[in-house]
Amino acid sequence: MIKVRQLRKRFGDQQVLDGVDLTIEKGESLVIIGRSGGGKSVLLKHIVGLTPPDSGQVLVDGQDIAHLNERALLAVRRKFGMLFQSAALFDSLTVEENIAFVLSRERNHTPEEISRRVAEALEMVEMPGVQKKKPAELSGGMRKRVGLARAIIYRPEVVFYDEPTTGLDPVVSDSIDKLIVRVCERLKVTTVVITHDMRSMQAVGRRVAMLHHGRIYTSGTPVELMASADPVVSRFVRGISDEKEHTF
Amino acid sequence: MTEVPTNVIQRVLSGLGRFSLMVAEVLRSLTTQRLSGRDLVDQLHFIGVKSQMVVLVTGAFTGMVLCAQTYFQFHKVKMDTATLAVVSVSMCGELGPVLTALMVAGRVGASMAAQLGTMRVTEQIDALRTLATHPIDYLVVPRVVATMIAVPLLTAESIAVGILAAYLVGVHLLQIDPGYSLVNMQRFTDHRDVLMGFIKSFIFGGIIATTGCYKGIHCGQGAEGVGHATTEAVVYASIAILISNFFLTLLLTRLLALI
Repeated sequence: MIKVRQLRKRFGDQQVLDGVDLTIEKGESLVIIGRSGGGKSVLLKHIVGLTPPDSGQVLVDGQDIAHLNERALLAVRRKFGMLFQSAALFDSLTVEENIAFVLSRERNHTPEEISRRVAEALEMVEMPGVQKKKPAELSGGMRKRVGLARAIIYRPEVVFYDEPTTGLDPVVSDSIDKLIVRVCERLKVTTVVITHDMRSMQAVGRRVAMLHHGRIYTSGTPVELMASADPVVSRFVRGISDEKEHTF
Repeated sequence: MTEVPTNVIQRVLSGLGRFSLMVAEVLRSLTTQRLSGRDLVDQLHFIGVKSQMVVLVTGAFTGMVLCAQTYFQFHKVKMDTATLAVVSVSMCGELGPVLTALMVAGRVGASMAAQLGTMRVTEQIDALRTLATHPIDYLVVPRVVATMIAVPLLTAESIAVGILAAYLVGVHLLQIDPGYSLVNMQRFTDHRDVLMGFIKSFIFGGIIATTGCYKGIHCGQGAEGVGHATTEAVVYASIAILISNFFLTLLLTRLLALI
């Protein structure tokens, strides 16, 4: 469904992506792991067309979106839903208006239908009854749930999660992981999760790809990666720093 | 030594290029996309209704001080009854549009840059794009249209209040003859002065909104980026208003003379 070929991106002196090759199959649950600042979020932004690459291709259903203009990309992005690291809720709108954003702008839905679908989406993310609240009144975990409800209400084919458990306590992180699995199973959507949280990786991933030095270093099942003898993979999944290397 | 000017020139040119592309996208959106009435009304309320106090105070005191200053000079040559004519022509063609636009640039332009800049640094603009919504359609076009509608109306209000305040000061405080003053005011102020003020304020509205939105959408990272964007939105819009006012005066005077 999505193919990334030889994707390269440089910011100033830093080569963030250095020839990334990655295939995301329809219906799969892929987790992309890698060090902080290693380019995971940049890769995700390239896949959804938020950032243009220096070179390379991003093929979505066979169409190269890497060099499409913003208006042409809008139609492609209709296939995607995305949960941002900070949830990125519109703070001037209520929870209901946030979730209903896409449906309200399509103009072919009745207010009753929109209300019903917002309630369903909130039910799915286990947040019923918060329609009238403003994002500022919600906790970090609640904001992520509302962000996810906003991303799934229009039934996208692929849902992207940018570090969904970052900044949350372990219990809330676990509940978000379970929510991601539930949404994936109930809506039958392709799921792509960016994380450096190994618990999250094992909970939601069926396949894991590791980004290292701007390339996909390895991929496999979570069990294979956790048992890997490769020193780079092994150190990362066990959280062991290398004294010879700067880790910040 | 030569690198610094080259970088500055490159930055200025790339900024102008991005600004032009944004304006072109606004024009394309206006002709191809449907403008949301609710978004437009929200912006009209924020820009028009909430700027009332600032504009009324500016207009009134500008008219009053202009009346007093003009009277003090004209009184020496026994031309007291021409005072309100000078106030009226100045308020309609120059002071009304320029001072209103500068006040709106300070209040509204800064607010637009801060709002959009904050949305950018908190990834809300990226979120809009993933929700299949063009930021120009949703964020910029309603603000530009609303400002281009609101600023001429605010200017008209400012001119009217300024002339009224000048009349009160002139007639009741400075004892100018009201009858001759009104006759002279009507004699020397014609529809071209009013039209010039209207056209200028319409263009100034466009300058304020496009500058504020551009600075917000392209702001740097973090609180510092938003702060810079806000300051630059006001400074650049104000400079653009003052410079364009000079050229508009020359151009419109010639064009309106043909009417």
